[in-house]
Amino acid sequence: MFSFSEIKKSLLISLWFMFLTFPIMVIRVNTIYKTIEWRWDRMIMVGVGSFFLSFLWRFFIGKKETGKKKTDTGEVQQLTWIQRLTENKKIYLPSLVAISVFVVLFPFVFSMYQTNIMTTALIYVVVGLGLNIVVGLAGLLDLGYVAFYAVGAYTYALLNQHFGLGFWTVLPLGAAMGFMFGVILGFPVLRLRGDYLAIVTLGFGEIIRLILENWNAFSSGPSGIANIPRPGLFGLHLSLHQNIIYMYFIMIGLAIFTIFIVGRLQDSRLGRAWIALREDEVACQAMGIDKTRTKLSAFALGATWAGMGGVMFAAKTTFINPASFTIWESIIILCVVVIGGMGSVLGVICGAMVLILLPEYLRAFSEYRMLLFGAILVIMMVFRPEGIISNVRKTYKFEGLKDNNKDNS
Amino acid sequence: MEPILEVKELTKDFGGLRALDRIDLKVHRGQIVALIGPNGAGKTTFFNCITGIYQPTKGEMLISPGGKEKKSLNGLKPNHVTKSGLARTFQNIRLFQNMTVLENVMIGRHCRMHAGIPGAVFRNPATMREEKQVVEDSYRLLEKIGLEQYVNEYAKNLPYGAQRRLEIARAMATEPFMLLLDEPAAGMNVKETKELDDLIVQICHQEKISILLIEHDMKLVMSLSDLIYVVDYGKKIAEGTPEEIKNNPDVIKAYLGEEVDA
Ligand SMILES: Nc1ncnc2c1ncn2[C@@H]1O[C@H](COP(=O)(O)OP(=O)(O)O)[C@@H](O)[C@H]1O
Ligand SMILES: [Mg+2]
Repeated sequence: MFSFSEIKKSLLISLWFMFLTFPIMVIRVNTIYKTIEWRWDRMIMVGVGSFFLSFLWRFFIGKKETGKKKTDTGEVQQLTWIQRLTENKKIYLPSLVAISVFVVLFPFVFSMYQTNIMTTALIYVVVGLGLNIVVGLAGLLDLGYVAFYAVGAYTYALLNQHFGLGFWTVLPLGAAMGFMFGVILGFPVLRLRGDYLAIVTLGFGEIIRLILENWNAFSSGPSGIANIPRPGLFGLHLSLHQNIIYMYFIMIGLAIFTIFIVGRLQDSRLGRAWIALREDEVACQAMGIDKTRTKLSAFALGATWAGMGGVMFAAKTTFINPASFTIWESIIILCVVVIGGMGSVLGVICGAMVLILLPEYLRAFSEYRMLLFGAILVIMMVFRPEGIISNVRKTYKFEGLKDNNKDNS
Repeated sequence: MEPILEVKELTKDFGGLRALDRIDLKVHRGQIVALIGPNGAGKTTFFNCITGIYQPTKGEMLISPGGKEKKSLNGLKPNHVTKSGLARTFQNIRLFQNMTVLENVMIGRHCRMHAGIPGAVFRNPATMREEKQVVEDSYRLLEKIGLEQYVNEYAKNLPYGAQRRLEIARAMATEPFMLLLDEPAAGMNVKETKELDDLIVQICHQEKISILLIEHDMKLVMSLSDLIYVVDYGKKIAEGTPEEIKNNPDVIKAYLGEEVDA
């Protein structure tokens, strides 16, 4: 089982790690006594740890490869557990009911703090589903998606500041602004694909942020806009606690709305065109699909949800500044989509829950958040490149011709 | 009668390389026309120019599907060419691998459908009817091509010959008046080639779709074609019926000679 070469490999890896981590883990300058401490015990820990981890790593890789061989040779492709779950009405309906009950009771059972976090996670669900159209369905890697989120947030903040417009008026306006910016920013990048598209969209994202940061007269610059009102409820006065619960339910509603609309878009003529575009751009065009319009619609419809999410974000935090819309935010949203499962609605929901809730509950590790993210990404890409929930896209199935049509044939 | 496709002096340069040099070609209604020539002769480039994937350096491309007005293909985007009734397949299969066979054909129907974003969201009766119709139409087409047993399979799981046929089915779904087939028999075994032969005849005679065919399989070309064009190094070196081509010394020298020896 543990052959000599395996042990040798692991030994090399552990030596390499001991060497790599030597400067940060072992050497410490004691500034008070101006001495250098050598913490050799840590080096041993790193060595032993990486030795065993490398074994574990190779064990799982091996397991994954044998698993793959099995599915390759197997006649029928196995359904994933989630597909079986959603297709079996006996399990599907009760679990849907259970989830609904949980969702409705959540803010009354759990604390305000937790409700708040959940609301944030739901914003990411909405925004992630929007990005899923662009990245997951149409296959356009957009790294500047946060720009549209910023557009939505600033739409609310500015319209409220200058014209006193309320949340419910601005929500559709924010969506419309997102759509518009999607078209505007979409046009110049349409010719690009893959890495080039990613880099240019990244640039656009930064441009929007820099404009917000530097155009003081327009956006109040880095100091941001404060005192943005929370959503109103027919002019009723709500306490903070009530308002948090209210926002939670708004987000639940918005998330359901998003799931509904995105699901319908996906299962339409347009949705099919997006997927075809992702699969093969040249063939797609040769089959009569207008590449420009299809790409643009994906870009703009994706941006619409970011716009809405942005309005909600501004209303929830009551304060926004450009620092909330850095590239890091784009990457988190992208991670939600990729880790959740590209092109899968359920996957994106899971991705948002995992990525937003986990760091909140693992506050103790907040310094290592980046590290954790990186590690999760690498591990996911190696072991489950298709995401937590892979491709539960509904495929069009042919279920037989209708009777009246049979007569004709 | 007017030709349904007329290409005049088509020229395409890639930098210093002249891939196509003043090619003239005509296809009439109901014909099966073959374009042959050694590898690198410029046949695929010819297709790419007609279908709008490349812009030709010079030359004119005209279609007249109804046999009356002529329409220029110059400067049209690939999707507009397809919409005008020219559909193609690719030399190296370009199916949508992660879509089912049915979905591949449905994509072909895309340009004959109308539903937009509002239709997708509201699912009004017209959209629903269209969606139902497209599934049925696609299935019927698959029946015609003989792929109905694979209808719900992913395209990537199909045997090679079936993938080639699916490309033809997908192209036919766009309701073309003319099909451009780029080496449809490449990599097929004898039995598959025979079936393809039958299929092409069926498409031409029953569906009334004219065909322009690039092919290396001489038996197939000779048995199918009404007219053959031979290109070599981007130049047209001969045109004529299969009989004429067989006996043309230039062609034998440039191309067939090697084939006969082998
Ligand atoms: N996109 C391109 N850029 C540069 N050269 C090309 C391109 N496409 C084709 N060519 C060249 O044009 C010539 C004709 O190629 P092609 O049309 O593919 O030949 P074939 O007759 O085998 O289909 C070849 O020499 C090829 O290298
Ligand atoms: Mg070729």
